[in-house]
Amino acid sequence: MAEATRLWEVFIRPRNGLSHRHVGSLHAADEVLALQAARDVYTRRGEGTSIWVIPSDAITASDPDHAAEMFDPTADKIYRHPTFYDIPEDVGHM
Amino acid sequence: MYSQGLIGADGRTEEDEAFLAAFQARIDAEEKIEPKDAMPEGYRKTLVRQIGQHAHSEIVGMLPEGNWITRAPSLRRKAALLAKVQDEGGHGLYLYSAAETLGVTREQMTEELLSGKAKYSSIFNYPTLTWADIGTIGWLVDGAAIMNQIPLCRCSYGPYARAMIRVCKEESFHQRQGYEIVMTLARGTEAQKAMAQDALNRWWWPSIMMFGPHDAESAHSEQSMAWKIKRFSNDALRQKFIDATVPQAEFLGLKVPDPDMAWDESLNDGKGGYRHGPIDWDEFWRVVKGGGVMNRDRIKARRKAWDEGAWVREAAQAHAEKRAARRAGEDAGGKVAAE
Repeated sequence: MAEATRLWEVFIRPRNGLSHRHVGSLHAADEVLALQAARDVYTRRGEGTSIWVIPSDAITASDPDHAAEMFDPTADKIYRHPTFYDIPEDVGHM
Repeated sequence: MYSQGLIGADGRTEEDEAFLAAFQARIDAEEKIEPKDAMPEGYRKTLVRQIGQHAHSEIVGMLPEGNWITRAPSLRRKAALLAKVQDEGGHGLYLYSAAETLGVTREQMTEELLSGKAKYSSIFNYPTLTWADIGTIGWLVDGAAIMNQIPLCRCSYGPYARAMIRVCKEESFHQRQGYEIVMTLARGTEAQKAMAQDALNRWWWPSIMMFGPHDAESAHSEQSMAWKIKRFSNDALRQKFIDATVPQAEFLGLKVPDPDMAWDESLNDGKGGYRHGPIDWDEFWRVVKGGGVMNRDRIKARRKAWDEGAWVREAAQAHAEKRAARRAGEDAGGKVAAE
């Protein structure tokens, strides 16, 4: 079996003012070839003005099995949201 | 492009009832499943096989059309065909990436294609004999693929659905450029019109076979539907394709080669549709099992590309290693100098 070439994650900025967004992945021997392949594979129709390629194994991801504990605090701290506070209508828009 | 008929799917799975029920509840709630989520082994295997077949179909699908790039009748046609074939290559890559998120490697998939273990859409085992075939493939084969791929944009597996959204966005040009080619021929000389009709005669039946066996004979469809990998049955999509395509043929003044084709008020819940004649499934299975005109050629061409590209992959790898070693050397050298 052939030796596996490195896997890269591809991020594209559609236009200035927007952040880079994950679009997919590809295999390439190094970062130079990864960038060229990303251009050919993911920007054939003017999808972007900037590309990032990142070795997939450089990404540390949270574990979906622990998503409940990991993200739980966001749901029960309702005082983090503006609607938690009662302000009389007379005060106007705040 | 791709056929809906997944060949040899096997949704068997061995998880306990509670796990399967919890998974089904997520699916029923239209939650997307993402790569590292817990999933039944049968779900994973079905997707690996389906996305793999889909990817291989894109890659093998480059061959019948690639055959005509150097003989396209004008620069405009040649540029469009080149772009289309390049798109198919890109679609294959999106799909291989999606399959890899399920724990199968690109090398494994490539090896399975080259050894004949993995299947691809049987439509690509037919030869492209004339320029009209290129137009007809865009019109019918890409048309059928789009019918199938639009519901796949809502597939329950996130990476597959996202890949399909990109593919569908790009593929509508494929069908339109094909129809335009056929239209040009259909409005041309008698000989050109005959060429268009001949291509339609040869591609019609294989195109409607792309949707796979009838629902009653489609062994694993039910599980795929329950898991929302598949949203519509083979026959439902086939009917949709026929209803859309028959008027397109009439517009061109061409005749669909099905003597039994007739409007039937009772189809589509009383809205009416075109009833088609019997499909020759023996031919379908013969071609799937390797008996098509081009099966051997297609795999031979893929093997040749893989073998003759080996030196490029090796050189790129060697160059990457040399650069990495040089950088490591510079870093070590720099440190010594700083001390």
